[in-house]
Amino acid sequence: MAKGDIIIEAHDIVKRYYIGKPNELEILHGISLSVREGEFVAIVGASGSGKSTLMNIIGVLDKPTEGSYILDNINVMESRDDELSEIRNKKIGFIFQTYNLIARTSALKNVELPMMYARMPGWKRKKRARELMQLVEMEDRMNHAPDELSGGQKQRVAIARAMANDPALLLADEPTGALDSKTGRMVMDIFHKLHKEQGKTIVLITHSPELAEECERILTLSDGMFIGERKGRNHAPS
Amino acid sequence: MLLLENIILALNGIRANKMRSLLTMLGIIIGIASVIAIMTVGTSMTASMTDTMNSYGANDITMGVSQKSTETEMMGGMRFEWGPRKSNLGDNDYIYMDMLSVLKEEYPDKIDHFLLECSAGQGQAKDGSLYANVELKGVNDEKFEDDKLEMLSGRSFKESDQKDGRKVAIVSDYFCNNMFNGDTASAPGKEISILVNGKYHYYTIIGVYEYDASANWVSTSEEETTTTVYLPLKTAFDFNHDDQRFEQVTVVTGSGVTSVDDFMMEIGSFMNRRFYRNNDSYEISCSSMSSFMAEMTESMNTMSMAISFIAGISLLVGGIGVMNIMLVSIQERTKEIGTRKALGATNTSIRIQFIVEAMVLCFMGGIIGVVIGTVLGSILSKQMGYDASAPLGAIVFAVAFSMVIGVFFGFYPANKAAKMNPVDALRYE
Ligand SMILES: Nc1ncnc2c1ncn2[C@@H]1O[C@H](COP(=O)(O)OP(=O)(O)OP(=O)(O)O)[C@@H](O)[C@H]1O
Ligand SMILES: [Mg+2]
Repeated sequence: MAKGDIIIEAHDIVKRYYIGKPNELEILHGISLSVREGEFVAIVGASGSGKSTLMNIIGVLDKPTEGSYILDNINVMESRDDELSEIRNKKIGFIFQTYNLIARTSALKNVELPMMYARMPGWKRKKRARELMQLVEMEDRMNHAPDELSGGQKQRVAIARAMANDPALLLADEPTGALDSKTGRMVMDIFHKLHKEQGKTIVLITHSPELAEECERILTLSDGMFIGERKGRNHAPS
Repeated sequence: MLLLENIILALNGIRANKMRSLLTMLGIIIGIASVIAIMTVGTSMTASMTDTMNSYGANDITMGVSQKSTETEMMGGMRFEWGPRKSNLGDNDYIYMDMLSVLKEEYPDKIDHFLLECSAGQGQAKDGSLYANVELKGVNDEKFEDDKLEMLSGRSFKESDQKDGRKVAIVSDYFCNNMFNGDTASAPGKEISILVNGKYHYYTIIGVYEYDASANWVSTSEEETTTTVYLPLKTAFDFNHDDQRFEQVTVVTGSGVTSVDDFMMEIGSFMNRRFYRNNDSYEISCSSMSSFMAEMTESMNTMSMAISFIAGISLLVGGIGVMNIMLVSIQERTKEIGTRKALGATNTSIRIQFIVEAMVLCFMGGIIGVVIGTVLGSILSKQMGYDASAPLGAIVFAVAFSMVIGVFFGFYPANKAAKMNPVDALRYE
């Protein structure tokens, strides 16, 4: 896929909960979104506006109630469960606010996990995991268990893990939400590096206006609808 | 995902939750351990019994007087030599010496000889403050030979001892320990007095044999052990009642016999036709080692069945325990499951992960159970005086079966994990 091709193509996405019940709840009211290969997009909005809900749909963890969604030329609406697993495995890298590292397994093993699900041979995934650890500057702590790492270190491991199968798309849901501004800065710099050096497409949810400002494009979500779109600086503050 | 990775993962989980895992495995451990322990005792018992049985001739037929009813049918009418039996046989019910002569005449080639013994009761040898517990037993030469005793000093019976019913005795080394301060060499020739039923009887020792302590089932101190004092058969008859009669006789078959079991039936019906036709309450019943072994194997199998049933129940309980813990564990690890799904785990790989975990848990429980059971069973066997031998088949089966339990009881929780909605799992707090 060449740079500039459309990678996310979503139309009129509606998400409802408790369908058919008296307290039916519509969270997303027909959202359309398209993201190009190599873009760095920020989604901002008040708490409860539906950012995570939208992110889960983009990351094919969840299916929209209505609408259409094409991810990297795959019609997600018509994919089976095991196909969705493979899409998540190969095309998407998730980064969560709470890190979500698997406890009791080393940082390195955590990074190997997506490659394990992709059935990559052991020697190959170990090699790649080490390289990724180097990329996030965690090579000296890679054999530690998650509970022996600081929040910033955990999030760097999580980024390495998201990069494991070289996905087309990185989805980060408030990755700096649990970090102080200095460590948050460090994490943000890694995203910039991945964006600039590897041309990764990144969709980032954040509550911080400053961090959003560093992205290429900023989308504002309010009550399940996009209410604004503007251009950002597209680089870290100097 | 790769099996090995899953096994390592499961082992890590067990290591991180040692106490909980142990408690979970407890049901499996107890189930497997009790089966293996009982099986170990069982195999050890059969093994040493088979050994003992084989050392008694496989060609021997035991012929005994038994009540004409169905209850004596158990154990094929086999009369055991251990312990005195309660019986109220009348004078016409016993097997008499002349019946044996008739039998021998009828089957000259097929009967080689008889092993004859006659108990003359239990008593105590006394000499001042010294005493020894004894059982008096009259034997014919063949029977004495058959007991395969190691003579330490003196001689065995002579023809004249048997014919004239001489008051001579062969005693054990234990007897000598108690009475002669362990001096077996000078025991022959000494006179001993034995108190039986309030009456003293006097015998001259002609030989000393080595007592086989391993044959002793009851554990008493060496000084109190009751050992046999062998007398000539006729001496024992004289002691009792003058009648030359038996409740039980062992027939050693000769070269003319092709099938011991067939011949056993033949002499049984011959004796009954000839001597017991008009006897209302008693008859002759015979058994051989092979028929006894068959009976024993059968009762062993019945016992195994019963044990398997009990074990099955305890393993069922253990399996439910495993399922319960797996459900708790899956609940606790909901977020982990969501994360794995976000990273690309398919439902199948999640399912396999948890089934393997349950399997590893049960496998470890099985192994621990086998170890505990074998140790326990060996100790028990030793205590009962058998050489311990491990029931290999049962061990392999037990370990395999515990893994099957893991799969069976792990399946439902694993399936539950596999079917979790990734978003809900990730949101779970
Ligand atoms: N499984 C669910 N069932 C019912 N309602 C839900 C469910 N998941 C989310 N919601 C609702 O959807 C709305 C949007 O939630 P979402 O998590 O997308 O918000 P958000 O924009 O990510 O907020 P925040 O910035 O606090 O993370 C919330 O009001 C929430 O209560
Ligand atoms: Mg959110």
